[in-house]
This record gives sequence, structure tokens and C-alpha cells, in this order.
Amino acid sequence: MIKVKRDARSLKDNLYIIEVLKGLAITFRHMFSNLLNLRKMPVIDYPNQEKGIPKGYRGKHRLTKRENGEPKCVACMMCATACPANCIHIEANESPDPTVEKYPARFDIDLLECVFCGMCVEACPVDAIRMDSGIYSIVDFNRSDFVVTKEQLLATEPQDTKKQKLDIKDPRNPWNRL
Amino acid sequence: MTIFEYTIVIIKVLFVVITALTFVPLMIWLERKGAAIIQDRIGPNRASIGFLRLAGLVHIVADSIKIFFKEDITPKFVNKFYYYLAPWIAGFVPFLTFAVIPFADKLVIGDKEIGMQVLDLDIGLLWFFAIVSLSVYSIVFAGWSSNSKYSLLGGIRASAQMLSYEIPMGLSVISLLMVFGTANLNEIVKAQGNLLFGILPNWGIFLQPISALIFIVCAFAETNRTPFDLAEGESEIVGGFHTEYSSMKFGLFFMGEYISIVVSSALITTLFLGGWQVPYFNTQALIDNYKILIQCSLIVASLIFILIGYKLYDHYEYHKNRWKDSRDKEGLIFSILSFITSIFFIIILFVFSNIEHPYWLPSLFATIAQIGIFLLKVSFICWLFVWVRWTLPRFRYDQLMNLGWKGLLPLALANIFVTGSLMLFLE
Ligand code: SF4
Ligand code: SF4
Repeated sequence: MIKVKRDARSLKDNLYIIEVLKGLAITFRHMFSNLLNLRKMPVIDYPNQEKGIPKGYRGKHRLTKRENGEPKCVACMMCATACPANCIHIEANESPDPTVEKYPARFDIDLLECVFCGMCVEACPVDAIRMDSGIYSIVDFNRSDFVVTKEQLLATEPQDTKKQKLDIKDPRNPWNRL
Repeated sequence: MTIFEYTIVIIKVLFVVITALTFVPLMIWLERKGAAIIQDRIGPNRASIGFLRLAGLVHIVADSIKIFFKEDITPKFVNKFYYYLAPWIAGFVPFLTFAVIPFADKLVIGDKEIGMQVLDLDIGLLWFFAIVSLSVYSIVFAGWSSNSKYSLLGGIRASAQMLSYEIPMGLSVISLLMVFGTANLNEIVKAQGNLLFGILPNWGIFLQPISALIFIVCAFAETNRTPFDLAEGESEIVGGFHTEYSSMKFGLFFMGEYISIVVSSALITTLFLGGWQVPYFNTQALIDNYKILIQCSLIVASLIFILIGYKLYDHYEYHKNRWKDSRDKEGLIFSILSFITSIFFIIILFVFSNIEHPYWLPSLFATIAQIGIFLLKVSFICWLFVWVRWTLPRFRYDQLMNLGWKGLLPLALANIFVTGSLMLFLE
């Protein structure tokens, strides 16, 4: 058995009052400096103003396309195999395009089960699935609406870094303080 | 009693009840915004009625509507009578304590005297302690009648805590009573009107700092506020004694908690911060110098409103496209209103300086100034409650009992002894 030696509390600690006053001074300092300059607080006006997402952030998935607009995915099932949450459901079909062997007839991801680990992106041999959409708030009314289909995945756009409302370097951006 | 006296009593009761009730939403607002500002956040600011947001005050309207219309669940296993009785005690008993708090000096108009206190009792302080002890019943009833282990444990904790802290609280007041020689709250406030050593106001906190400290700490424990809010414990006993309550029954507990904070603040103000005494101006001085004082306060008020107006306009300019609806205009509307108010004050100042004053004006002014300063002091103590809540973590239960019985109780006794010896020595 290991006995952890703890320092006995000093008289000063036991009096409480000094430490309490110190604590009050800290909170007062925060309050005072915030009141003097409300606009410098490290917060953003969230739904009205979105924060920029750093590169490599794993957001909602999207499927990339070929030049002719068909999905890049060759329905090899690598992602579904790699997925630890078993939330990718693919139905393969023969492709009408003679240069391509297969294409996914169905490609569903259940976002409620997804753990956003990014394994699917790592596993894909043809860079068909990515998580660079920058969408971090995924909300809906029904459970079934969280199962995103192939069409939705294809329609999801990558994050437009130029449209970011709050600069990633802005001191108010919480990501900047990590 | 004549009709006049009845009217006066009714007006006073209404004043007290309305003041206490308005303090509740203000306290909730202060709590949320205070927490936010201390934690580097903005706090609630979204709910609105048309363009009105009032910096989050509208949230309280939304909350109260919600709490009224929530489903009211009464569990099958409760003891109905006490279960229903408890929230009413919690919500309404604190009002009674407000009755003995004086909020201004006697208003003398001609040959009529109006005491600014609902109940002018010689045992005002004892009345306060008696009524405050009643609120333990609400906790005991709620905890026992809910018939659930969380409620029972929470109720036991809270009542043990309140009973143990009542003792040092009562003892700390004794040394104050020895100094002032009376338990009539109005007399106590009057005694605090002089100056101590010619510089400090003769307030209880300067005469009896130790007893002030003990009293304030015990007031936190009595109102079940952090750091002594062991009646609730999300991790161990859920909501404590009000676990089984929902809807407006919970709302009454909630309201009662805030009213008892306001009442405690009022008592702390009365005993230790000079109550309605304006520092350095007793009632006679207020009446004698009323002209210059009114002029000064009008000038200060108009300056303050100009500053507020400027700040609001600045805010409006900065957030012009924030909501993209009528809420964007709120800052502009209020800044114009406050500029108008400040002009209005200046007009009053000119009118005031150039007319004959009615004979009742000086005493009325003294009363209003005293009520104002009293409410200001009460708000400060209320803010202290909020400030401490967002600074200190919760005590452990054994630490709480140790502090109460081994710390505060001997300290209060020693304080009585030292005060007594000093008084004997100085005589
Ligand atoms: S991110 Fe992880 S859990 Fe989600 S679909 Fe890809 S592999 Fe599965
Ligand atoms: S997304 Fe990539 S890994 Fe998944 S099935 Fe299509 S090609 Fe294979």
C-alpha cells in the first residue's frame, strides 16, 4: 500500500477568510476587466457569427466526385470495414462506365452512430470520402434524418475557407487558445 | 385608526411586497449575468418581445411563463398535506420578515408622522429570527413528505445546517445588541447615524467587524447559498429536498430562496451597513441641505443618463447588423430615451431652482433619498451573494459542521466576552 503524504493545511488555510478574499479578488478582476471592455471577451456571437474551423477538423462527411460528376467511390467497402462503429452501409452495383468496375448504388452513413474517428477517410484508396466539410453542428428532428444518403453526401460542399466569418487568428476564436 | 392610517398601512404593505417581488426577477437576472461576466461570457441575451431584449431581462418572462405551464406532477407515494404545504411556507414566509425592516426615517409632514416600516416592534430582531426559523419547516416537510431517499437526505442535511448556523447567527447579534442597547431595528439604524472618530460612519460593520463577518457567513448558510448549498448536490442527492417537486411548486421554492436572500441582505444592511442612513448626512442634515442636495443629485443623474445614452448608442453602432430585425434598433431607441431623460432632469433642475418650494418637500426628499440609499445597499449585498456563489466551491459536509460548531460558535462567544469587557472597561 502506498501512503500518499499530504501537507497539513496551514493555519492560513484553515482561517478560510484570506483565501476567500483572494478568490473574490480574482473573480472581481475578471468581472471588472470584462465590464470595461465587453467586446474583447473571448466569445463569439455564435449562431450569428461562426468560428473558423482549423484544417484537419473532422466534420460531416462528404463524397468527392469525378470530373463527369459521378462519385469517385468504387464501392470497395474498405471504409465500411475500417469503420469501428459499423455505421457505413454500402450497396455496390456494376458501373455503366466501362472504365469503372463498380459504383455505390447506396451509400448511407448513420451520423448518430458515427464517432467521427476519420478511419473511413484513411482507409479509402481513391480519396472518395472526406470529412473536410467543416460542418460541426449536425441537428435534425428525427433519428431517421441523421442517416445521410449518397445524394446528400455528394451534395455536401467542402468548407469554404474564404467565407469564414471569424478569422482563425482572431483572439476571440476559441480554437486559437487551444 | 382613521381611514388615513389604514391607507398608509396598506401602501406600506404593498410597497414592501412589491419591492421584494421585484427583487426576485432582478436577482435571477443578476445571477445569470453576474455568473456570465465573471466567467468571461456574455450571458443570456436572446429572448425578446418585439424589439425589447433588455439585456436578458426578457428571459425571466419566458422562464416564468414556462414554469407556470409545465406539467405539475404529484408522485403517488407522497404525503399529500405536507407535500403541498411545504412550498407555500418556503415561498411566503420570507415576506413576513420584511415587515420589520425599516426602509427610511419617520416621514414628518406638518403634524403627521408616518413610520417607514410595516411593523415597528421593540423586538424586531427577535421577530426576524423567529420567522426565519419557520422556513426550516418547509425544508423538513418537503424532505419528509416526498417519501424519497434523495429528498429525505437533502432535507436532513439542510435542516441540520440551518439549525446549527442559527446559533452563531443569534450569538453574533448579541454583541451588536450590547453596543446599541436595543432590539428595535429602527433604533439600531438611528444609532448608526453618527460618526465614529469623526471620519467613519458609525456603522455596525466598523463597530463589530467580527460579528458582521459571522453574521454574513451564517446568512449564506441560512439561505442555503454556495458555499453552503449542501441541501442540493447534483452528484449525490439530485435536487435535495425539492427533488420530487415540479412546475410552480418548485417555482415557489425557487422564489422563496431568492426572497430570503433579499431579506437577509436587508437585515445585514440594517444591522451592519447603517440601514437607511445616508453616510455623513443624518435626517436633519438631509432636510436642512435639501436644496443643494437635490440640485447635485439631478446634475449627477443627468450626467449618468448622458453616459448611458452614449454607451448604448456606441453599442448600437457596433452591432448594427447583428440580428437583422427590429432588435437591432433597441440600442438606438434606448439611447434616445436616456438622452431625453437627461434633458428632462435638467429642465426639472431649472424649474426647481426658480420656484417656491412646498413645505413638505424637504422631508419627502429625505425619505426618498433614504429609501434609495437603502435599496442601493441591499442590492450591493445581493450582489455579494452572487459574487461569492461564482467564486467559491461547495463545502464538504463535515467541513461545514466543523466551521459552524468549532469555528463560528466559539468566535461568537469570544466576541461577546471581549465586547462586554471592553464596554465595562471604557465606562
Ligand atoms: S468517421 Fe469513423 S465512425 Fe464515422 S463513418 Fe468514418 S470510420 Fe465510421
Ligand atoms: S468511399 Fe472509398 S473506401 Fe469507401 S467504398 Fe468508396 S472507395 Fe471504398
